[in-house]
Amino acid sequence: MSGRGFSPLQRGVHWLMAVLILAMLFIGVAMVASASSYVPLVAIHRPLGLALLLLVVLRIGLRWRRGAPPLPVDLPAWQKAAAHASHLALYALMLAMPLLGWAMLSAAGYPVVVVPGFVLPPILPVSPLLYALLRAAHGWLGYLLFLTVLLHLGAALFHALVRRDGVFSAMVRGR
Amino acid sequence: MPETPPRGAPPSFPLGRLTAIGAVLATLGAGFAYAGGWLSPGRITPGRIVDALSERGGDPTGHRRNHAKGICFTGRFEASGEGARLSTAPMLAAGRYPVVGRFAIGTGDPVAPDASGRVRSMAIRIAAPDGQEWRTGMNNMPVFPVATLEAFYELTLASRVDPATGTPRDPQAVPRFVAAHPEMRAFLGWAGSAPWTPSYAEEDYHALNAFFFVDAAGARRAVRWAVLGTVPPEPRSPAELQALGPDFLGRDLVARLGQGPLRWRMVAQLAGPDDPVDDPTRAWPAEREQVTLGTLVVEQAQPEASGPCRDVNYDPLVLPAGIEPSRDPILLARSPAYAASYLRRQAELGQVPALARGAGAGR
Repeated sequence: MSGRGFSPLQRGVHWLMAVLILAMLFIGVAMVASASSYVPLVAIHRPLGLALLLLVVLRIGLRWRRGAPPLPVDLPAWQKAAAHASHLALYALMLAMPLLGWAMLSAAGYPVVVVPGFVLPPILPVSPLLYALLRAAHGWLGYLLFLTVLLHLGAALFHALVRRDGVFSAMVRGR
Repeated sequence: MPETPPRGAPPSFPLGRLTAIGAVLATLGAGFAYAGGWLSPGRITPGRIVDALSERGGDPTGHRRNHAKGICFTGRFEASGEGARLSTAPMLAAGRYPVVGRFAIGTGDPVAPDASGRVRSMAIRIAAPDGQEWRTGMNNMPVFPVATLEAFYELTLASRVDPATGTPRDPQAVPRFVAAHPEMRAFLGWAGSAPWTPSYAEEDYHALNAFFFVDAAGARRAVRWAVLGTVPPEPRSPAELQALGPDFLGRDLVARLGQGPLRWRMVAQLAGPDDPVDDPTRAWPAEREQVTLGTLVVEQAQPEASGPCRDVNYDPLVLPAGIEPSRDPILLARSPAYAASYLRRQAELGQVPALARGAGAGR
């Protein structure tokens, strides 16, 4: 592979967020469909959401400053385009999901309790319409994020196992 | 693959490797579907609970799916400071805290006649200056009818009404349920013997579920709180209440508040060592220590459609630090069920009812 790889900090943040986002997606989808486990799950969901918001801001800054290694020159154009589009979608969704969560709780007039005793200020006024829109967006975009993560994982494994072109190892070993 | 095999790639079509990748993705997808309940069609989801609650007669569109008929109020909580030795909750420190509340009758029908409401409720939201809130929904009965989520769901299903006739779908369903559920006796004993009153002001309201107060040293004590009325009850017969018209409770509240504020004493009952913490059908002995947390002062009433309580979800698990939920399964199910009910009515009020379904919302 040509060019420099991902820095250790970039790789560390990537893998930490990979684990946390997968956990978050499973917690989110489970809690809204469970009458008995909702309370313990939501108690994890909210602090984890704030942690992921801070991590994605750090991550976007790192990507801005340090960039990413170029894709292999022999990668077909449509796969390059798909790689760029899916990464843009991942960044947008990682940023949008926690902000939507915060915004929808604000529009519902809930105190945005991250952990007991730690309350974030509201970022929107209380409104039935805003709440319904944001709550639906949080759910649907959660599904979209899960699908995008699956696509990302499938492509990563394709690079690792089929093409063996160094794209996967750039995020594992840094080169 | 259509493109030229790159360096190091296997020469033939890598079926085994592609299958392995597909298996990883399929496993994750199946796990997600399992977590989301799509593989467990019998699961009692918050959405199913709210579906059942919505079918007990009347049209609840735009309203709470339970305790659908109510009236907003504003007032204050005057904390005595006695609760501060039991809990670090900021609104238990001596002082005055603003309250937005709601009185209601236990019905699925937002235009039910008030005389039909055997169960009456008071919900309050007490706000602390630091942004923390204590929300609680309390009922006039001293115990809850059932102790488990499954029993609550079954009882709600049994209570469904045929919208065409306005009569129970299966008139024998509730009697059958009662016969099979001896834990309902305490509630039924209350419903059959407690006086009917003509006023929200003449009732006590009980939180029913237990919580833990946590003090500054981290010690946890199981408590149940209640607000005790200060207006002597003047019981009436159900027929006398019917003669007062369909909306006498709201009218009475407005008339009384025109004369001045109404007060309730808020108390916390402390559990004894063997008292049932997770079973809301069983009251604790009356001799258990009671701590007076303060006085709830109700000052003004507002119609729900334009009042400050309309957009408040009185989820009893919106709690400040210093108050923690017990493991009472009824309490833990209230939070997601209230959330599903809240989303439905807010979507209906916002004229986007379709958004209340799907995307994990109210499933």
